[in-house]
Amino acid sequence: MTRTVAVHLTVNGAAATISVEPRTTLTDALRNELRLTGTHLGCEHGVCGACTVIVDGAAVRSCLMLAVQAEGRDVRTVESLGDAAHLGPLQLAFRKHHALQCGFCTPGILTTAHALLSEEPDADEDRIRDVISGNLCRCTGYIPIVAAIMEARSAYLGVQAEAAQ
Amino acid sequence: MNNVSQLLVGHPVERMEDARFLSGSGLFVDDLERDGMLHAAILRSSIAHADIVSIDTSAALRMPGVHAVITAADIGGEIPVIPLRLAPLPEFEPFRQPVIAADKVRYVGEPIAVVVADSRAIAEDALEAIDVQFEALSAVTGRGATEDALFACADDNVSLRYSAGFGDADAAFANADYVRTERFSVQRHTALPMETRGLLAEWDSSSARLIVTGATKVTFYNRRALAKMLDLGQDDIDLIEIDVGGGFGVRGEFYPEDFLIPFAARKLARPVKWIEDRREHLMAINHSRDVACELSIACRSDGTMLGLRGAVFSDMGAYIRTNGGVVPAKAAQFLPGPYRIPNVSVSVETFMTSKTPVGTYRGPGRFEANFFRERLIDMVALDLGIDVAEIRRKNLITEAELPYPIDGLVPYEGPTSYDTGNYVEVFERALLEIGWRDKCHLQGRLIDGVRHGIGLGCFVESGGAGPKENAALTLERDGSLTIAVGSSVLGQGLETVLGQIAADTLSIPFDRIRVLHGSTTLLDEGFGTYHSRAVVMGGSAVLDAAKKLREKILEQAANHLGRPNSELTIADQHVVAANGASVSLAALATEQVLSADGTFANTTRTYSYGTHAAHVTVDPRTGRVEILDYVAVEDVGRAINPAIVHGQAIGAIVQGLGGVFFDHLVYDEEAQLLNASLADYLVPTASDFPRLRAVTLELRPSLTNPLGAKGAGEGGIVAVAAATANAVAAALTPLGVEIHHLPLTPPRLWRLIKDARDRTPTAA
Ligand code: FES
Ligand code: FES
Repeated sequence: MTRTVAVHLTVNGAAATISVEPRTTLTDALRNELRLTGTHLGCEHGVCGACTVIVDGAAVRSCLMLAVQAEGRDVRTVESLGDAAHLGPLQLAFRKHHALQCGFCTPGILTTAHALLSEEPDADEDRIRDVISGNLCRCTGYIPIVAAIMEARSAYLGVQAEAAQ
Repeated sequence: MNNVSQLLVGHPVERMEDARFLSGSGLFVDDLERDGMLHAAILRSSIAHADIVSIDTSAALRMPGVHAVITAADIGGEIPVIPLRLAPLPEFEPFRQPVIAADKVRYVGEPIAVVVADSRAIAEDALEAIDVQFEALSAVTGRGATEDALFACADDNVSLRYSAGFGDADAAFANADYVRTERFSVQRHTALPMETRGLLAEWDSSSARLIVTGATKVTFYNRRALAKMLDLGQDDIDLIEIDVGGGFGVRGEFYPEDFLIPFAARKLARPVKWIEDRREHLMAINHSRDVACELSIACRSDGTMLGLRGAVFSDMGAYIRTNGGVVPAKAAQFLPGPYRIPNVSVSVETFMTSKTPVGTYRGPGRFEANFFRERLIDMVALDLGIDVAEIRRKNLITEAELPYPIDGLVPYEGPTSYDTGNYVEVFERALLEIGWRDKCHLQGRLIDGVRHGIGLGCFVESGGAGPKENAALTLERDGSLTIAVGSSVLGQGLETVLGQIAADTLSIPFDRIRVLHGSTTLLDEGFGTYHSRAVVMGGSAVLDAAKKLREKILEQAANHLGRPNSELTIADQHVVAANGASVSLAALATEQVLSADGTFANTTRTYSYGTHAAHVTVDPRTGRVEILDYVAVEDVGRAINPAIVHGQAIGAIVQGLGGVFFDHLVYDEEAQLLNASLADYLVPTASDFPRLRAVTLELRPSLTNPLGAKGAGEGGIVAVAAATANAVAAALTPLGVEIHHLPLTPPRLWRLIKDARDRTPTAA
């Protein structure tokens, strides 16, 4: 008999309740219980960043977090950044700069970049490189990824200015 | 509203696949769920070389949620072996891999049992309850005979030896002013796509049909192989390709799991999913490179190359898998490179060890061969007092000498020639880009504590080989176009490229085109994606189909409009006559099925070529290398989508730099893989190589295909070790350091610097 625990959290703005085994990671809960399959697993040991989601505003490796630890938290996944017909500013910049090829690493990089630019919309190139160096991509060589994030900054600066008013 | 008047081929069109990947709605194999689906996990050998005495699965089988534990005993009859897909030499047959170990294991990671359970967690728990008794044998970690040979038929562990060549190398060496011999090696590493492998197999007992999703690269070949092993008809199996998280040569070959998971699904009559974890990926997917070479060159004292001799030694790991001996064969074939060397002799020895089997990884054999040769050329230049650019310029094959035959370097392949190109022009362009004239005085100079070096590497690279590819185009009833192609898509943007080709020929807007690829359901026959052939072969097949479909559409419209074909054009999703009358594509497709099949057959290889140049600094106190500037110049014949080609080139350079500085599968003397995690197996990150450039030229189109395209996926990687190692060597030349072996890790460079200092204590 496997014991399950109910977890109440907010996912992409909507309240959700899931019932999981205590050992279930947040990635597995998002993918299997909530069918949010945009969050990917590349290593399951915290190195590649493919599983990155945003928990209470901070980029978090969901393979290293248990679902039960998300109780009461606000979780955002790549699916919250814009759907295929309405891409958000980061997504548009990625497309323009060919910042993805196979697309497997992309959700984790987008969430990492979104968390960064939401906090620091004026991050410079070095800072962006530094933060993104926690995400592995085997296709692009990273150069177009950094260029895309640099370009998307203006949209986040606007948001921050608005929020300040 | 529509931009069909503007041609798309040759433009950096945004990719049609991006929106789904960016929004998290791509569909990768682990995203699939089925009713009643079970999960598989694989027990892999924990020791390198052993006889299996017994396997006790009873405790695992008793665990709640476990449905089956499959071992060799459950397969029944003879255990199927993985076939040789490329160059099936009879010599390799005894070394092929059984899909599951029966009485012997030969590498850490070899499958011994498959657990199928309600969840992956339960399956993994059950692995620990399986009791395997081994009788250990001595591990084989290098070249030469061992106490316990891996295979009874080869007590020296050698699986293949051959020699080949052209001209008279012995005479050239006997008469040369100058001869030098050196030994080089490239370490074992692998491609490491970000998505690990995975399969979902579904067996329908009522129709006795099998569907396997997660297939890629060579699905039609793999279907034939699987049908034979399962004793099914080819038509009873469908291999389905969905989104794929990178391939780079390693993914999509036929692996043991490609039999085991379908076998489990049929046995249990339930859908079975298997997703490889990263640890098993590193010990199970093909490793690559791991080639050593003893290379000799004979020259006149003015640097004119007269002869080359190369002995290639290749550690194949424990079995010969689908790629046969491609890695060492290409390492030998590309030793002469783009140079006029009239007398060449090569030899190849492949030997077996207790390590994961070797297959192809982007630029197989070329990455190695270019490193060996270009390093030796720099050593020659230093000895003879000739500038490293000058010695290359002098020996590069000129355009007037093309086509230039390089027959006979692979004994089992037919004649082949470098086709079109201007090697010298591309070389000069690379010198210009890196600023050779202004910077070459920096060679070896110590500035602010670091030494500068600039290195060059020239290459020629084959791609686009046959035999054939197929495509089928259908004009749908809503006027949109569906393209089905036998080529596989592994994340390179091929959907966009094929869409561009069809859009131009049919004047159908790009956003009205859908590309289906790879799956065996689409066409009777397909050939797949390897050897940089997807655009050359698949693109040409799409072009052929598009031209035929255009004729059909016009013919149908001609009946409608009462005007001859010659007066009709397609514009704005309508066929329009010169007199202004028109009919919509949707109306035409509703009246009658409008579709066309296209094919392209070509067995002539086309050769892309180029030069890489690197400017580095090395800190002699730490052995740390920094890339200040890097440029790869390549002539790809024709770039259908320059942004995609450029992206491939930059990505390939970074992968190559990983192979130079980081990627290394390390084994100990027991043949245990020591770094089977991403924490220990290092690859480049965003902060490692920020300054790289790729210049893609379209100087000389290929004549082998109507698009004029040459392979473009590999040119970015094949000369990276050559140029980078030459730059590092140039920086350290004043210290008396020579570079022969990869990877160039800081501790290794530091050690070389220290050893050189110990030899000559006066060098600073
Ligand atoms: S899957 Fe979480 S960091 Fe790799
Ligand atoms: S786009 Fe393929 S891993 Fe990043």
